[in-house]
Amino acid sequence: MCLAVPGKILEITEGDELLKTAKVSFGGAVKDINISFVPEAKVGDYVLAHVGFALNIIDEEEAKKTFDYLKQMGDIG
Amino acid sequence: MKHLDEYRDSEKAKLILDAIHKKVTKKWNIMEICGGQTHSIVKYGIDELLPNEINLIHGPGCPVCVTPIEKIDKAIEIASNPNVIFCSFGDMLRVPGSKTDLLKIKAMGFDVRIVYSPVDAVNIAKQNPEKEIVFFAVGFETTAPPNAQAVFLAYQMGIKNFSVLVSHVLVPPAIKAILDSKNNRVQGFLAAGHVCTVMGFKEYEEIAEKYKIPIVVTGFEPLDILQGIYMCVSQLEEGRSEVENQYARVVTKDGNTKAQKIMYEIFEITDRKWRGIGEIKESGFKLKEKYNEYDAELKFGIVNYSVEESGECISGLILQGIKKPVDCSVFGAKCTPEHPLGATMVSSEGACSAYYLYKEKKL
Repeated sequence: MCLAVPGKILEITEGDELLKTAKVSFGGAVKDINISFVPEAKVGDYVLAHVGFALNIIDEEEAKKTFDYLKQMGDIG
Repeated sequence: MKHLDEYRDSEKAKLILDAIHKKVTKKWNIMEICGGQTHSIVKYGIDELLPNEINLIHGPGCPVCVTPIEKIDKAIEIASNPNVIFCSFGDMLRVPGSKTDLLKIKAMGFDVRIVYSPVDAVNIAKQNPEKEIVFFAVGFETTAPPNAQAVFLAYQMGIKNFSVLVSHVLVPPAIKAILDSKNNRVQGFLAAGHVCTVMGFKEYEEIAEKYKIPIVVTGFEPLDILQGIYMCVSQLEEGRSEVENQYARVVTKDGNTKAQKIMYEIFEITDRKWRGIGEIKESGFKLKEKYNEYDAELKFGIVNYSVEESGECISGLILQGIKKPVDCSVFGAKCTPEHPLGATMVSSEGACSAYYLYKEKKL
């Protein structure tokens, strides 16, 4: 139920504040997603979408850190 | 797909599994809160790859499973009104009420619709001014802001033929209830990553400190879950009890404050009954009085209701982590996803359904 899926913003439709919407691609399937909770989102950003709303922008730096952590783990192992 | 596929890499999974095997020296019971995590764990067989010392207990984080039977019956009563278009997320339709379910009501010809977003229900209300549109607002903190936004939009646009049947639940009070239970066996938690995307993790720090228990905010892909388990086991082995954040690519300490703002504009905290568990103090949301005209229970006059649960289903014990699905005498025989006796068999995130889908052949 709390399923949320990452998708890439292709285009932003400047709607009213509460209805600010973007076209978001989920591996090629494009859906209109409300981005009013992340109004700073830009074209090219990946957002985490849940029931038609972007809950947050995916932080690329933090995503990289996950793999740095894993690399470290491999080095120790 | 970026931000998904790379977290399903089996070579990297082996690295973390090796590290977990090296780290663990004692027996530990770790609970993953969220049903989405349970689904991943069972689907990818993570529970079977872990050292025998680690026992994963499946938590109550499935809103479909914990929505009380009274709310399902209320939904059915409202949906059985010919002037109503009843809108819901798809997985609520097969949840058994005391006599029937929403899907059977739909099959009888009543207008029950599956929507992708709560805003779709507001749009249906705009397009059908002669009908009453009711949206079944269920979910944890992840879903509360979108549902709140739908109510706020209807309010702003002056839409009067829209209302919501609210059954929202909150994670931290459930964690406290589990820890306060005399049957508790949980020694560490994987907190639900998407709930924390909205809420952040400040409220978990107080729990970690009070109960001296490690809590790791964890994502949903196999590498996320394995890393979350590694971080939790490391804390347990080292005698630490902190809140750590495995899912930092979307979770910050404060969460999404814009989403929280709209949520608290529309909802306030209330006591809430959890199916199979019972009432937990201050564990849910209800509409604020200002938005009473959007309360479907008031609009349709069905506030008081009490229903008995069937005795055969042990989903309450499963939701509390006391029993596993395979401990149930009717699991996989009388109770299947096609004919569920309890909610944990309905939702794909319910522990029973996940076990049935991915473990059946091995039983």
